[in-house]
Amino acid sequence: MDAPVIDLLQLYPRDMNIYGDWGNVLVLRKRLQLRGYDVRLHEYNPGDTFPDQVDLIVGGGGQDSGQNKIQADLLQLGGRLRELADDGVPMLAICGLYQLFGNFFKTHTGEVIKGIGLLDIDTVGGPKRLIGNTVLESEEFGTVIGYENHSGQTYLKGGTQPLGTITKGEGNNGQDSTEGARYRNVVASYLHGSLLPKNPAVADFLGRHAALRRHGSFDDAPLEIPFEEQAREDAAARPR
Amino acid sequence: MRHLLATLAGKAVKTVAKLRGGGSALPGLVAEKIDPNFLPRTLGNLPQGVVVISGTNGKTTTTKMVVELLQGQGLKVFTNRTGSNFTRGVVAAVLGETTIGGKLDADVAVLELDEAHAVHFVKLVAPRYCLLLNVMRDQLDRFGEIETTAGFLRQIAAATTEAVVLNREDPRIAALAESVTAERVHYFGLAPQLRAMFPNDDDMRSGGAGDASGLPAADVVLAACEGASATFTVGSRDIDAELKLTGVYNIYNAAAALALARTVVGADVDEDALLDSLEAVTPAFGRGESLTVNGKPLDLVLVKNPAGFRLALRSFPPAGFSTMIAINDNYADGRDMSWLWDVDFDSLAAAGVAEVSGVRANDMALRLFYEDVPVRHVDTDLSASLHRFIALEPDAPKRIYCTYTAMLALRRELGKLTEVEVVS
Ligand SMILES: [Zn+2]
Repeated sequence: MDAPVIDLLQLYPRDMNIYGDWGNVLVLRKRLQLRGYDVRLHEYNPGDTFPDQVDLIVGGGGQDSGQNKIQADLLQLGGRLRELADDGVPMLAICGLYQLFGNFFKTHTGEVIKGIGLLDIDTVGGPKRLIGNTVLESEEFGTVIGYENHSGQTYLKGGTQPLGTITKGEGNNGQDSTEGARYRNVVASYLHGSLLPKNPAVADFLGRHAALRRHGSFDDAPLEIPFEEQAREDAAARPR
Repeated sequence: MRHLLATLAGKAVKTVAKLRGGGSALPGLVAEKIDPNFLPRTLGNLPQGVVVISGTNGKTTTTKMVVELLQGQGLKVFTNRTGSNFTRGVVAAVLGETTIGGKLDADVAVLELDEAHAVHFVKLVAPRYCLLLNVMRDQLDRFGEIETTAGFLRQIAAATTEAVVLNREDPRIAALAESVTAERVHYFGLAPQLRAMFPNDDDMRSGGAGDASGLPAADVVLAACEGASATFTVGSRDIDAELKLTGVYNIYNAAAALALARTVVGADVDEDALLDSLEAVTPAFGRGESLTVNGKPLDLVLVKNPAGFRLALRSFPPAGFSTMIAINDNYADGRDMSWLWDVDFDSLAAAGVAEVSGVRANDMALRLFYEDVPVRHVDTDLSASLHRFIALEPDAPKRIYCTYTAMLALRRELGKLTEVEVVS
């Protein structure tokens, strides 16, 4: 019997792929492969045709110039992404795409960049960059470890839940101790690191929902990944 | 009078700092505080002016090349050799070579400056020439964004009075031509077939620099490169050189150095002497060195950002070598480890990696696991790792990819082995 297929889409790898976002794709693919899935990788860049079958979406951060390049395309794609999110498609949105998944980004100079409103969050440009090793506590995922580097300050609106509560670092806005956002099977965060290699609980959450939605089942047996736990401990212990 | 005092006070502090084994920037700080005009006056009077070299990767080796090329043309060159490439480090270096009367005995100053500090420096002293190498992801945790770094380089280009030398293959550097107020813009570049070896951050996922049409003409083009042999096209002539440097990126920096030296010397340039000097240049301290351990070569290769690491892996084929990777995340290395995920390690899969070490050894090992690269030992203790690396395969030539502070530590440790001899 052929291995069950998972279609994994990387959003804007050309313009929004810096700070190790590729690592998130690599980890999702490898962990699903180790569990017997045939992972098909799709790249979506501005102007591309969005594939019909998508089980899992990963998007990353970028330079300001990268965000300008994708913005118009993303607004066009917004309706489709919202539908998929409402339908339970797991997504990981890091940093720049986290911001653009929200309602808007209001820059330093007062310019308002529209987001796709998939997440009920607002972002405003802050006076300084929030940079450094970051640790948070999440009810769903336990201790989440990463590295933040952003000047946008994000505020959760309505009932939007954070990914977790900051125990080291600044998080969404440096004020309310929240980090990231959750909606259905969407995980959004400022953390690079890359996020998934050192946070297998988040990686498996995304993989599980992709498999359940497409195939109705997911083998939960834990994977033995060497160096994973030690790398987590090292990262958590490093200075900010 | 104030000037004499600044020089004397600076010199006194320099002596004390030396005795205490302290940093090279402290005396500069003292001189700068007492006499803020110290640098403009001392450097402003040099007959051939000031040359600034900046960019993310390759500054130190390129600066060393430019210095030796200009010396080969008979110029007396002042440079900031101490490795303290901040403004205060420059003041300190100048202090070390000025007379009590405050005169610097040189024809030209060639200064390596970190992007952010260069901005501060050019406000004090307008360079006559500048060479801008590249802008890549580096130390983003300090500067934030590549665009910010490009902005720093733009200010350097704008402050330069005579001529600006730019890397035409780096889109952010080539774009600086628009901000140049100096009369002349010169370029160095790559032949089309070499372009694929120099990915920039924008091409991270598409591999290799893209469309080359519409690039400006370059004074010096790296036309071919094989090991340490290189061909440069200078104007309409092809020049073959046997270098003491290896690694494509070092050799590309030689094209940059040639373009700059020719610009500074102008029509009087002695081409034969230029080639002789170029062939004699050895790598700068700590930027990739070849040592001999137990009669076998051991190369230290500095890696500090994804583009540099990817270039290094493409430059040095692993076959026949035993490989070690040492990753620290101290302040000078940059604390953010995400960059390790933007490097392709495929090329190491066949031979594997003998030792993974450094503060973030486990991160590096996890990275290699996800790329299916086999790893023999993982140990955060650099010294233990190094000794095992040497002991387990005594007969293999060795290569260590390391971040800056890991390189310093490994060098110290290698110095304790009496059989270590520096060959270049
Ligand atoms: Zn970011």
